[in-house]
Amino acid sequence: MRWFRSHLVLLLGILVLVYTFIPIFIVILMSFNKLPSEQSKIYKFNAFTLDNWLHPCADPSMCTALRLSVEIGFLATLGATVLGTLAAFALVRHDFHGRSTTNVLIFLPMAAPEIVMGSSLLALFVASGFAGQLGFWTILIAHIMFCLSFVVVTVRSRLAGLSDTLEQAAADLYANPSQTFWRVTFPLVLPGIAAAAMLSFSLSFDDFIITNLNAGNRTTFPMYVWGVSRKTIPMQINVVGTLMLVISVLIVVSGELRTRARRRALAR
Amino acid sequence: MSETVRRRGLTGYILLIPAIIWLALFFLVPFYSLIATSLFNKGGSDFRGYTMVYEWSNYTDALKNYWPQLVRSLVYGGIATLLCLIIGYVLAYAIAFKAGPFKNLMLVLVIAPFFTSFLVRTLSWKLILADDGWVVNSLQFVHILGPNGHLLYTPFAVVMGLTYNFLPFMVLPLFASIDKIDYRLIEAANDLYANPIIGFWKVTWPLSLPGVISGTLLTFIPAVGDYINDQLLGSTRTRMIGNTIQSLFTQANDYPAAAALSVMLMVLIVAMVLVYVKRAGTEDLL
Amino acid sequence: MSHLAETETASPSDGETPTGGLELRELTKEFGAFTAVDRLDLDVPSGSFFALLGPSGCGKTTTLRMVAGLETPTSGTIRLGGKDITYEKPYRRPVNTVFQNYALFPHLDIFENVAFGPRRRRADGVDAEVHRMLELVELTSQTRKRPAQLSGGQQQRVALARALINKPELLLLDEPLGALDLKLRRQMQIELKRIQTEVGITFIHVTHDQEEAMTMADTIAVMNAGVIEQMGAPDELYENPRTTFVANFLGQSNLIEGTIASQGAEMTTVDMHGITVSVLRGRAHTESGQGWVGIRPEKVLIGDVGEALDAPGNTIPGGVVTDVSFVGVSTQYLVKMPWGQELQVFEQNTGRRRLFRVGDQVELSWRPEYAFLLDHEQDASAGAQLDDE
Repeated sequence: MRWFRSHLVLLLGILVLVYTFIPIFIVILMSFNKLPSEQSKIYKFNAFTLDNWLHPCADPSMCTALRLSVEIGFLATLGATVLGTLAAFALVRHDFHGRSTTNVLIFLPMAAPEIVMGSSLLALFVASGFAGQLGFWTILIAHIMFCLSFVVVTVRSRLAGLSDTLEQAAADLYANPSQTFWRVTFPLVLPGIAAAAMLSFSLSFDDFIITNLNAGNRTTFPMYVWGVSRKTIPMQINVVGTLMLVISVLIVVSGELRTRARRRALAR
Repeated sequence: MSETVRRRGLTGYILLIPAIIWLALFFLVPFYSLIATSLFNKGGSDFRGYTMVYEWSNYTDALKNYWPQLVRSLVYGGIATLLCLIIGYVLAYAIAFKAGPFKNLMLVLVIAPFFTSFLVRTLSWKLILADDGWVVNSLQFVHILGPNGHLLYTPFAVVMGLTYNFLPFMVLPLFASIDKIDYRLIEAANDLYANPIIGFWKVTWPLSLPGVISGTLLTFIPAVGDYINDQLLGSTRTRMIGNTIQSLFTQANDYPAAAALSVMLMVLIVAMVLVYVKRAGTEDLL
Repeated sequence: MSHLAETETASPSDGETPTGGLELRELTKEFGAFTAVDRLDLDVPSGSFFALLGPSGCGKTTTLRMVAGLETPTSGTIRLGGKDITYEKPYRRPVNTVFQNYALFPHLDIFENVAFGPRRRRADGVDAEVHRMLELVELTSQTRKRPAQLSGGQQQRVALARALINKPELLLLDEPLGALDLKLRRQMQIELKRIQTEVGITFIHVTHDQEEAMTMADTIAVMNAGVIEQMGAPDELYENPRTTFVANFLGQSNLIEGTIASQGAEMTTVDMHGITVSVLRGRAHTESGQGWVGIRPEKVLIGDVGEALDAPGNTIPGGVVTDVSFVGVSTQYLVKMPWGQELQVFEQNTGRRRLFRVGDQVELSWRPEYAFLLDHEQDASAGAQLDDE
């Protein structure tokens, strides 16, 4: 009984973790689900099957949507990471006027409601006469916009943690400014840039609200799920959901394992 | 000297300008367009074009027609945020102080479920809260729910979905703040005759306030504007303002009304945030 | 005001400052309204182990950074081996630095850290040189480890190797031993001295630890508020300080107020609260008027009233013991004198003399050749440190 009381908080914490995982188990479970009939609208586990995994593109429009999401994801990540990294360097390493205004401008997109950001972008496109051209480029523009702030914040925090004594040491050891940047600064910021890129990709891939308003007649994966949610839901969406989970976990775990392996190898 | 000396000169501006231009062009300018659109004439469309007539009645009409959705969004968002705060605080506290060597692992576990698609995992709730599901059956068994009671397509389901989906936005800032608290302060409080509850209220809670404030803001703001949970788990009686705006844009093609609602939502949120932050007294959230 | 660098002993054998050394002339650094280094003049002889000693904020680290090229002087010149390097970029100076927290590159292993300099200069035979250096600092078994996996002492040696491998004309050390524990520090002090002697490069060691400076350096410059107070060999500075700051900063001193009574050919007599004491002319650093008579606590002899002490000359009666601290090696007394001042007396516990107790009446004396006389204008508490390291 006493053990229970003294570990109460920890137990509650674990309980909450279990709660967050229940829907995930369901996603994984349902990826093996066989619908009772082609037109069934009931979302419930019926029978076990590997079909969904063997034929993931049974509904070709899902895979089209998936491909678009991945394309946009990569390009938006590229754009946001480049722009954001440059901005982070400016904020941490350089002096300029309007620093606090810049900080606010960077912060705002992270806090603004998506529906408002999406609406205003749509209003801009329509008012500029691009109403008929909503599609790939408008989606891309929107995604770069809302990923930018996250990249800046992530890279900035990594960069700010690097004391510039290391760069002074490099200069002291005959490295000119370019060599100092590429051999000392950049390798040390790289983990932050990588983290920002991954964050950016997931934000872009999973975005619905802003994308939905500005996509015209193109469909991304989240839009596809929205579309089928009132109709027959192909279980393949759970395959995609499971894959996303597995890939992310693998990336995180492999990074951690590599660090530990290196540490262990060198401690010998 | 480990302080970074900032360089003056042109380079800073050159590095910063691309990002600033992008944000100015696609974040700031659109607000102007939004406000402008909200004042367009009602009869226009994206085919025939709109004319700016400073139609303030767009606002009054929108408010008249859709104020229930607006209020509902604030209420659902508020309840979800509160629930997130309670659940999230317990979790953050447990990870910060009680997890020992598993701290990092637990942090990853908190975020891991959210690596999968927002929409797909929200659909899972449809199954969990289904009428013939385990949850409903148990609640009926203990008579919390009547024999015909259901959870899906009720406000309860929507709030449940909101709470679930925005939990990490609450947990992570909370954790960052709580983790910074020196546990020895709590021990000092205990040494000075405070029982655990008073110790929490007088020491832990005040010190974690910055995290509480940023967590509640990062949860409330998106929750109010969300409509995915409402659409998938709710019914026509639970419609939130986000859904209304979206359908006004894409289905009814009523841009001015949609824009007016958007602007009102923005203003409301900004006002509430300012009041909240002022009362809480924390300037520095960045 | 700046003092031109002086040494009490004769200049080096060739009679001139050796070429190839470091020359600072009127070197000044201002940060806004704050002057960190004030028209500094300094000559560091080539091949010596030189210490720049002073409290935090005295400007010693700023001076070092200007020599390294990491800070730009406001005015003045820096010459090395006859060449003006005042505004040269750090990567073009034949000067290397061992940083206070080592600044080892965390993403490179030890081998690559040490090889960094030679690689940037595209030198040949880098691998062999790196191994040679690591042997010198006794770290050959750790070449593939990352800095984070080494102890503080090992990191320090890597930082040293990384700097020395470039055979600079000047090696700058910015309080490199500060982060080490006492025992390790003593060990490293001996190591550094040994390496310097072996390698023959000029070392400039910046520190606030006076014991460290006195142990390691051939020459010490004591710095305070941007200027050099006195420069010379450790024993000169210690035994014959020229300013109250130096007298208090190196070890401890008793400074007693007095008025100059007369100036003989060899001795200066001072009226010290009614008691006449003498100071050797060469150790009197003020000419007339009032002054501070200085005597180190270990040079003061303490005895019972009327006891014959081995100190013909300055006998000061009327003391009362107010504090006794037994420190093992010595006993430290505080003796209150008739004019109200408490003087410190350190007596080595040879076992041959008795221990005094609080309240005992005593007489103090010292040999005049150990006393020194300082300018009364100077602050008697300058340089006194509240807490010894």
